[in-house]
Amino acid sequence: MTALGLKTNPTSAPHTARRADVPVYLDYQSTTPCDPRVVEAMLPWFTEKFGNPHSRNHQYGWEAEEAVELARAQVAAIIGADAKEIIFTSGATESNNLAIRGVAMFLKDRRNHIVTVSTEHKCVLDTCRHLEQEGFSVTYLPVAHNGLIDLAELEAAITDKTAIVSVMGVNNEIGVIQPLAEIGALCRAKGAYFHSDCAQAVGKIPLDVNAMNIDLMSISGHKIYGPKGIGALYIRRRPRVRLVPMIHGGGQERGMRSGTLATPLCVGLGLACALSQAEMATESKRLLGLRTRLLGGLQQRLPEIYVNGDMDHRVPGNLNISFAFVEGEGLMMGVKGLAVSSGSACTSASLEPSYVLRALGLNAEMAHTSLRFGFGRFSTDEDISYAIDHIVTAVEHLRSLSPLWEMHQEGIDVSSVQWAEH
Amino acid sequence: MAYSDKVIDHYEHPRNVGSLDKEDGNVGTGLVGAPACGDVMKLQIKVSADGIIEDAKFKTFGCGSAIASSSLVTEWVKGKTLDEAGQIKNTDIAQELALPPVKIHCSVLAEDAIKAAIADYKRKAGKDDSAAAE
Ligand SMILES: Cc1ncc(COP(=O)(O)O)c(C=O)c1O
Repeated sequence: MTALGLKTNPTSAPHTARRADVPVYLDYQSTTPCDPRVVEAMLPWFTEKFGNPHSRNHQYGWEAEEAVELARAQVAAIIGADAKEIIFTSGATESNNLAIRGVAMFLKDRRNHIVTVSTEHKCVLDTCRHLEQEGFSVTYLPVAHNGLIDLAELEAAITDKTAIVSVMGVNNEIGVIQPLAEIGALCRAKGAYFHSDCAQAVGKIPLDVNAMNIDLMSISGHKIYGPKGIGALYIRRRPRVRLVPMIHGGGQERGMRSGTLATPLCVGLGLACALSQAEMATESKRLLGLRTRLLGGLQQRLPEIYVNGDMDHRVPGNLNISFAFVEGEGLMMGVKGLAVSSGSACTSASLEPSYVLRALGLNAEMAHTSLRFGFGRFSTDEDISYAIDHIVTAVEHLRSLSPLWEMHQEGIDVSSVQWAEH
Repeated sequence: MAYSDKVIDHYEHPRNVGSLDKEDGNVGTGLVGAPACGDVMKLQIKVSADGIIEDAKFKTFGCGSAIASSSLVTEWVKGKTLDEAGQIKNTDIAQELALPPVKIHCSVLAEDAIKAAIADYKRKAGKDDSAAAE
């Protein structure tokens, strides 16, 4: 056992048992399987070591508290924070709500402005929308075609009324990495708090809350091979960030998030962080290899495919591709041997394609033709080979059925056709 | 979302995929939908001298239900008169394919495609009712 409580050699992740009757999982931005090492570490805390970590009266409580505090230190370590600056939550959704609403409410008499980005996760955007209804003004920064914000635009948006700037570390649909250190420096210089939703960034890219001047950071367990239903919020102590809590009660988590901590989930999140931190460098290289092979394999065999989002500022485990002239949901049906997600929202009531892809300036048509591929710790070379063959077959089949592909082959510019909107 | 077996069958083995010569006077072409909305159907019919649809072809950009709806109607219109084909209702298509409510628009589009192909044929053949009235 190491100081961080690692039981196994951190460089050799065990493989999860692959089920033969299910599709190959390529949706790691949606969620990840819990690492078996994490599950194993959690188990005793459900049964024999079931104590309440807030009970100071007996050994059951003490050992649970010790486990929770070890986990807190493990979470802090992966982002260069102090354990006292971490509170546990139910996930990144709650962390984002608490960070943005909590700070906004605390500062509301002095500052009533929030800056965020149009490609943020719904839980950030929706929190901001609610605050707008409560009298705050919100600036939604646009992104460039590559998905990144313009720092000059951010600088211009921050005023002396800005309470908080919220910019995600890594986007969940297109995997692009925002320039966190530059954003942090700007916010610090202008006196606004900087919150970053790092649900997709933790464990994928090196993060340091001090070097990056991040004041609040949201973390999610299930995106990093930890359990679902737990996350964390980093809240800076120097200079101190104050916020109004949303959940009131027994005053746990320094009064910022009442409720009995879920010891097994905390233990799981802690170990998940420790494993990701220990394996990040080697894992990133491996995933980059898989991504290069996937993209190269597709580009070699399929014309007219386009990557959405910047390729240089991007986590290695994500690709988002538009397959021109085939519709995304039809394509999903064609690649039923793969579990992927589509930027097309044909199944949703709105029939609106992904707002993230639209924010990149993609037209609705190209947004409709996109698939997101997410791979990670348990993805293999064989998964990628299988994916390439499967996708090529499906795209070729659907293009043979596509009137748009036929028009394109005949040299007709599909975007110049007058379509009857319906 | 789970697709019905019939939708899957048409998706995997689409009937009558292809194109007819749109310049041919006996061919009517319907092109409906829009790429921005996520579906486009091209349906073509070839009409014999005695007014029977003797061939039909389709190409569709869209989800599985859109592909299945258009594939199905090419089967249905073959051998029918223009009037009979014009009576095919989207509800018949939706029922045959067991489409869920969010996919009803696919069957509507397929009905529109038949009507557009028939109208195109009639216009070309100089049999368009409205053209005759002009
Ligand atoms: C960028 C981002 N933020 C927040 C969330 C929400 O995280 P959680 O499921 O832990 O509430 C997600 C996951 O869907 C995400 O990808």
